[in-house]
Amino acid sequence: MVTAGGKSDMDFRELAIESLSTLALNKLRTGLAILGIIIGIGSVIALVSLGQASQKAVESQIQSLGSNLLTVMPGSAQSGGVRGAAGARTTLTFNDAKDIENSPAITAVKNVSPEYSGRAQVVAGRNNTNTSVMGVTPLYAQVRKIETAFGNFITERDVTAQTRVAVLGPAATADLFGEGINPVGQAVRINGQTLRVIGVTVSKGGSGFQNQDDVIYVPLTIAQKQLFGVNYLSTISLEAESEEVMVQAQNQVGYLLLQRHKLSDPQEADFSIFSQQDILETASQVTGTFTALLSGVAAISLLVGGIGIMNVMLVTVTERTREIGLRKALGAKKKVIITQFLSESVILTFTGGLFGIILGVLISFLFSVFMSFAFVVSLNSIFLAFVVSAAIGIIFGWYPARKAANLEPIEALRYE
Amino acid sequence: MIKVSHMSKTYKIGELETVALADVSFEIKKGEFVAIMGPSGSGKSTLMHILGALDKPSSGKYFLDGENMAGLSDDELAEVRNKKIGFIFQAYNLLPRTTALKNVMLPMVYADITADERRRRAEMYLEMVGLKDRFFHTSNQLSGGQQQRVAIARGLVMNPSILLADEPTGNIASAQAAEIMEIFRKLNREGHTIIMITHEADIAEYAKRIIHLKDGHIASDGNGHRRRKI
Repeated sequence: MVTAGGKSDMDFRELAIESLSTLALNKLRTGLAILGIIIGIGSVIALVSLGQASQKAVESQIQSLGSNLLTVMPGSAQSGGVRGAAGARTTLTFNDAKDIENSPAITAVKNVSPEYSGRAQVVAGRNNTNTSVMGVTPLYAQVRKIETAFGNFITERDVTAQTRVAVLGPAATADLFGEGINPVGQAVRINGQTLRVIGVTVSKGGSGFQNQDDVIYVPLTIAQKQLFGVNYLSTISLEAESEEVMVQAQNQVGYLLLQRHKLSDPQEADFSIFSQQDILETASQVTGTFTALLSGVAAISLLVGGIGIMNVMLVTVTERTREIGLRKALGAKKKVIITQFLSESVILTFTGGLFGIILGVLISFLFSVFMSFAFVVSLNSIFLAFVVSAAIGIIFGWYPARKAANLEPIEALRYE
Repeated sequence: MIKVSHMSKTYKIGELETVALADVSFEIKKGEFVAIMGPSGSGKSTLMHILGALDKPSSGKYFLDGENMAGLSDDELAEVRNKKIGFIFQAYNLLPRTTALKNVMLPMVYADITADERRRRAEMYLEMVGLKDRFFHTSNQLSGGQQQRVAIARGLVMNPSILLADEPTGNIASAQAAEIMEIFRKLNREGHTIIMITHEADIAEYAKRIIHLKDGHIASDGNGHRRRKI
């Protein structure tokens, strides 16, 4: 049919040139038809890469927390999944954590880190920021693999003596004292209490809405008694002896806590234990669903773009009925007419696809800059966009092209 | 060359049946120059379309170069139109906004002729109809007579068995019409078979044979009109 070179109805180059010059005759209509495809392909590319970027961000964030990590949260579990209300209850206590640490039945857990986290307005001099305040014990640094860039982390003594000290995450430091400043020795005010900064942690990365660096660590006792006035924990982090005994650790701790909370049926558990894997899976499930949803919306706009192409091609066929009749009278076979009109619609969608890809990449680049996401544009989605845009040209161009090819030459020639 | 036997064509529009051609039979031999005349509604356009393989008869047979046209598919008919028939329309039917050269090359595009050969032959035929200096003029930059000459070049470029002209001078001023008819006469002298529809007696004069149609029948067929030798 359309093969390059030698003997063919019209070689590819010729066909492309002829289609282009026809399309150039009605620039506005051509442009509008292409615009539909640009928007469709562009939004698909942008949203898919956005989804991939946020998935990547979540994964790297969770991975950076440590791989042998188990998290105990108050609130019941539902078949291993994360329930919405988890964390909102007050059933975990410091004594739960102490028991996990000391119980002879628990052999698979290396470190136990009881934590209380809340949000508070933090003031330093003229600067202030709303950030996450974490009440922790020294073991937190081990369990969560935290290191200090300046000064020291919170010590056992700080916890027992309720020393008014704070260790800042790098983002919180930047917000309160400015970039690249060593704030050790300075004071910060949290909920009316003045705390002395004794250290700054090394950046753990992470970005966007869940910044692990935008945090202030204080002794657990300070957070519970001085800042938030509570006597329960929001989480207990556990470091298992090794990756192999994660399940064992989960079971041991679960059993102990059921006993402690005087519950006989695991179904009634007022706490839940997640491994990093669980959280990772849930998080990717959420971002995956979100990505799929957005891509679905984008796909609909692509479909609408395709219908736009079909509409334009139908108008073109009607407008050019006499020309089609003439071409048939001069010996054009159906195949030639179909090829001619299909090539026009494919050129439309392909051009749209090309600009759509550029637009989509640009959008995801801007997102990566302004939302500090990773800039991920997979070659797959670009390749797919090309294939899809060509396919749209063929699918939505097919009906108009066939309509043109099946015109009776004599009817077409008489058409006014 | 052309053999039409007992050919009829009826159109059905709703309940109404219109007879365009009723039992028409004739033969046209190679090298003839035939004019088909008749008032409007006499079936001459229908006959023309059937002869040009643009339309099919309701009954009867049409042989072109010994081949029965009834048995051909749409694509085979397209090939017949491409290779054996040169069309010249009343309204010229050139591609709009397209150069004379490209218009003449169009039938060759559908016949798998190489680009170089297309160009060579298109230039040759445009020269023949006296448009050597109009190769790159687009249709709307040419006068009616010039457009019809482009159409004649296009009709000839595949070296067809017959040249079918449907009111070729219908839209053209009379001085230019005479020029067109001189080209036809010259082509006929060179051996081309020409069938021409016209309702103008003075145009029909150029032909060697005139078939008169009336109400779908052949009213007369012959060369008795010739008062002078051509």
